[in-house]
Amino acid sequence: MPAPAVLVRDLVKRYDGRPVVDGVGLVAERGAITAVLGPNGAGKTTTVECCEGLRSPDAGDVRVLGLDPVADAHELRPRVGVMLQDGGLPTGVRALEMLRHVASMYARPRDVGELSERLGLGAFARTTVRRLSGGQRQRLALAAAVVGRPEVLFLDEPSAGMDPQSRHAVWELVRELRADGVGIVLTTHLMDEAEDLADQVYVVDHGRVIAAGTTRALLESEHGVTAPGDGAVDRTVRFEAAAGLDLEDLRGSLPGSWTLVEARPGSYSLTGPADPGALVALTTWLAAHDVLATRVSVGRRTLEDVFLDLTGRHLR
Amino acid sequence: MTEQHGRRAAAPTTPTTPTPGLPAAAPAWRRVASQTAFETRMILRNGEQLLVTVVLPVLLLLSLVLTSFVELDTGGASRVDFVTPGVLALAVMSTAFTSQAIATAFDRRNGVLRLMATTPLGRGGLLAGKVLGVLAVEVVQVVVITAVALALGWDPDLAGVPAALLAVLLGTAAFTSLAMLLAGTLRAEGVLAVANLVLVLLAVGGGVLVPAEQLPGPLQHVALLLPSGALGAAMRGALVDGSLPAFSVVVLLGWTAALGWGASRLFRWH
Repeated sequence: MPAPAVLVRDLVKRYDGRPVVDGVGLVAERGAITAVLGPNGAGKTTTVECCEGLRSPDAGDVRVLGLDPVADAHELRPRVGVMLQDGGLPTGVRALEMLRHVASMYARPRDVGELSERLGLGAFARTTVRRLSGGQRQRLALAAAVVGRPEVLFLDEPSAGMDPQSRHAVWELVRELRADGVGIVLTTHLMDEAEDLADQVYVVDHGRVIAAGTTRALLESEHGVTAPGDGAVDRTVRFEAAAGLDLEDLRGSLPGSWTLVEARPGSYSLTGPADPGALVALTTWLAAHDVLATRVSVGRRTLEDVFLDLTGRHLR
Repeated sequence: MTEQHGRRAAAPTTPTTPTPGLPAAAPAWRRVASQTAFETRMILRNGEQLLVTVVLPVLLLLSLVLTSFVELDTGGASRVDFVTPGVLALAVMSTAFTSQAIATAFDRRNGVLRLMATTPLGRGGLLAGKVLGVLAVEVVQVVVITAVALALGWDPDLAGVPAALLAVLLGTAAFTSLAMLLAGTLRAEGVLAVANLVLVLLAVGGGVLVPAEQLPGPLQHVALLLPSGALGAAMRGALVDGSLPAFSVVVLLGWTAALGWGASRLFRWH
């Protein structure tokens, strides 16, 4: 059995004595997309930079394709593709010139013409990086990351600044690489990106993994409600009202099995079989207690809800 | 949705073979050659860099030779013979130090250094490409300045040419080390200001164009020990007298060792 694409154990990284990554562990398989999800400053980028060999861990163990990213850098570099959060593209270079330059570092790079067509780089091939839009830069940076046919691909906030079409093109390429067996690790603070793309999600906060699993498992975790067998769809009802409502009493008034959380004072999140009757039951209960809900919304349970349940804070 | 869930669940367990043929790096010489060409193009394409590295030295050469605003004791040599070695020294400083410090500082801020370090080029290849890029730009500078100087009647001591080339290499080593030290420790905007300011200060009072012994007061002794003064003296020694002053060589080697050590210890890639 070959080593996983990425294996991180008890990783600790401190800046000026302050731990930014504080015991992170994760496994990213080949042929799979692994998302590291968390708010800004959670330690996502630092974790990935330790995997890329750009930073040395203060403690713990990092293995990429079974190798040490720092000690075995020479062997790993041709096999690993990297898209940095800030792009890493020199401002004075033309877009396609940059891609050709990166391609020249590899013995058997992908066809630059084909790749630039895939990602729509042709429209700005001769434009200098300085004049590119955020989305164009991101697409170019992705092209540079995959041009060497990597076995492992690190994407740090790949969708930042991208328009929907760019995003679509990028996600298609990433899915295709997964099908080719590439192990992909992406960091994001976008729930929909993690939900739509990732096979495995690690939710990080304050330098620690606070939840991990497949997207589906996370959405159905103990913090939510396990999917009922009768096919009813679990949804999340959120409402804002006075703080400190008696949730046990409210639960008794709702039809079916519900999980109730007061994520922040006055901000409630109810997960369960939300049908019209449930909403009537909720508002009837509120009226009986003379409580005015200032906001009520119904939606599918998302990773955002998982994060909110775990931390009491929004992702962004 | 269902279909996607199915694919997602199956993906990690399906054993897939990676792209046929393991990914491999291009040979080291090709990576460095490619980076060298890239660095050279970037410098020569940048208008501001070109101004400092080529236009400024040529203007100085013309004004110092054709006018006598600056009093120079040429020690019997013609003005152009005396000035040209110093202008060449200044050209080396502008490329190895000012231009390289600014370029590297902005590359560092924009993440270019980190990105290229993750490609097969690596940090060593990146540094090699930068140094060779500096030397390539210096070739362009030497050709242009020499052509202008010859047109002004320059008659260098040809026996001193190998010594002058050695001086250029030593000066490049010392000033590239200083560039890396600055670029790797200060903010990009700070480097932009400091690198230009230092070049002007050294050009005026660093013993490059005007020999250290002709500078006023305590500068005479200070400039002699500066890398600029040493490089200026070495170039004049080689091209005017045909011999390389040993003292200048020692000073340049000393600066290279100290600055190189400092840069390797203090350079921050982030």
